[in-house]
Amino acid sequence: MRAAGIDIGSRSIELVVIEDSKVIEERQADTGFDPMAVAGDLISGVSYDHIVATGYGRNLFEIALDGKTVTEIKAHARGAQFLFPDADTVLDIGGQDSKVIKMNGQGQVIKFEMNDRCAAGTGKFLEIMARSLGFGIDDFGIEALKAARELSINSMCTVFAESEVTSLLARGKDRREIARGLHSSVVRRALSMLKRVSAEGAIVFSGGVANNPCMVRFLEQMTQRDIRVSDQPQMAGALGAALIAQDIMR
Amino acid sequence: MSEALFKTLQQAFEQNVMDIDTLKKEGRKAIGCYCLYSPVELIVAADAIPLPLCGTKNDPVSAAEEILPRNLCPLIKSSYGFAALDTCPFFRFSDMIVADTTCDGKKKMFELMQQYKEVHVLQLPQNQNTAISLEPWRKEVEGMKDRIEAVTGVTLTTEKINRAIDLLNRERDAKKAVMDLAQLKPSPIKGSEILTVLFKVGFLADKEKGIKLMNTIVNHFSEINDNKQSPYTDKTPRVLISGVPMGIGSDKVARILEEAGASVVGYENCTGYKQVFTVPQNDDPIDVLSRQYLSIPCSVMSPNQGRLDLLDDMINHFKVDGVVDLTWQACHTYNVESFSVEKWLNETKGLPMLHLETDYSDSDTEQLRVRIEAFLEML
Ligand code: SF4
Ligand code: SF4
Repeated sequence: MRAAGIDIGSRSIELVVIEDSKVIEERQADTGFDPMAVAGDLISGVSYDHIVATGYGRNLFEIALDGKTVTEIKAHARGAQFLFPDADTVLDIGGQDSKVIKMNGQGQVIKFEMNDRCAAGTGKFLEIMARSLGFGIDDFGIEALKAARELSINSMCTVFAESEVTSLLARGKDRREIARGLHSSVVRRALSMLKRVSAEGAIVFSGGVANNPCMVRFLEQMTQRDIRVSDQPQMAGALGAALIAQDIMR
Repeated sequence: MSEALFKTLQQAFEQNVMDIDTLKKEGRKAIGCYCLYSPVELIVAADAIPLPLCGTKNDPVSAAEEILPRNLCPLIKSSYGFAALDTCPFFRFSDMIVADTTCDGKKKMFELMQQYKEVHVLQLPQNQNTAISLEPWRKEVEGMKDRIEAVTGVTLTTEKINRAIDLLNRERDAKKAVMDLAQLKPSPIKGSEILTVLFKVGFLADKEKGIKLMNTIVNHFSEINDNKQSPYTDKTPRVLISGVPMGIGSDKVARILEEAGASVVGYENCTGYKQVFTVPQNDDPIDVLSRQYLSIPCSVMSPNQGRLDLLDDMINHFKVDGVVDLTWQACHTYNVESFSVEKWLNETKGLPMLHLETDYSDSDTEQLRVRIEAFLEML
């Protein structure tokens, strides 16, 4: 029996197909302006017995393609519990939002918090800053780690931070040091949410931003907690949805 | 709710606007209120019409923002906007406003509102310790009595006030009976229906008519229960809404909860259960009213243990699975209090709580939906 999970986010859509809890197919595409068409393309030609959708487009999917839906919170919790059964906390930083989830011993969500009102503290923030500094998003974190010290950035708002960066550059400051400062400001932002929801124990770090080595390093340093990152952290939501689809079939 | 009953309710609401218009032409006075702390009994005793004016709609907010800061509670902006635009018939009907110095935003807004209407401000203490606060508060209530006597020309005798207490006790009992329908499991009534009833009946000038209407509504839903026609099952998650006041127009959280499959069984706010106390009657009604109203457990009081007691009582009687604590953006008192309420709910009641901070606009509907659906998945 094959189970599929699709995570329809505002920036990208991920599809994961599993068989007996093993991933047999993974796909990803940019959401664009017509998420249902992209989702349709993504699942066409993929065979599965049951599919569960999550992400902000989940309800559209339910209507258009007649699938069951769960929230990102539940999907991420399920994915994390499967990948790292000993951890009970998830920090997910995606393209447009960030969230912290706390589970009990059985993997059930007992508390969560989300930031999805503004780009600050999300992948979008890092993306815009990388661009202002002339770095590619993939090596933004690597470059930041090369700096010996960080220049602190005070603005959390994306728009203000961007002008702060511009003026630092104009004053001839090192762009790697600025990059380092930006990373630590995003981590600090996540920290307050983490503290409110989960005070201790290992943290599963998921979402596209978890691919950034500087974010992982800083998170480890500032929390003094174990940080677990899977091979494909951006797939965690879709994987969780697929696992839930499998749970339903069983 | 059956269509016929909803129609009756709607008709009563519409008829009421015309009735008040007629009554006013005949010389009856109308007095507007913005807060549960204003003892309505004194208005009713003077044979004036009490009108709840608390703004619950988003439309006037942008007009209010021409004067008021954007970063202010939407309830305050909506209330002020209605006054500034003169688009609320009930505000227009009011000969006078009774207002309380509850939170900072509201009391400063009332200063500005005085350009449109006569506003009588009650200085509300912030502490419910009667040894400290009862005397000054009692003086305020007496001041309100004097002012109403002056405006209406009616002398408020003990007998008159006691009669008003009796009438309003019966009205509160009727409201309580409507809300208590949701104690049944599964509840025969939706939370949105409870809100509609409370909201529409709240404006009726004829209190007896309102009581009768509410009794009919209770009978209607009791029948639905007897016939096992509840829209819910035993498994439907039962959610209690706590926090700031709500009304038609500021009910999106209740709506999204229902769309997501929850049964909203109650409101621990001043729209709901907070207002259904019983005022005792004796030969010093001013003292009784002062004590009763001072004890209302709103977050503007410090400390506010009474809110936890009320929550405790509701959680037990309404068989609550989870609590949604609603805060209007920029409402500091409810926002800060949310932390202690959640801690108490988690630790003492073993219940999860979802804290939502929002305003009257629809711009964050989808963000609220994710949180609400995720919360229901937890229950
Ligand atoms: S929430 Fe408190 S201050 Fe506001 S109207 Fe209700 S009782 Fe008054
Ligand atoms: S909701 Fe809060 S800020 Fe708004 S009027 Fe009531 S107490 Fe004041």
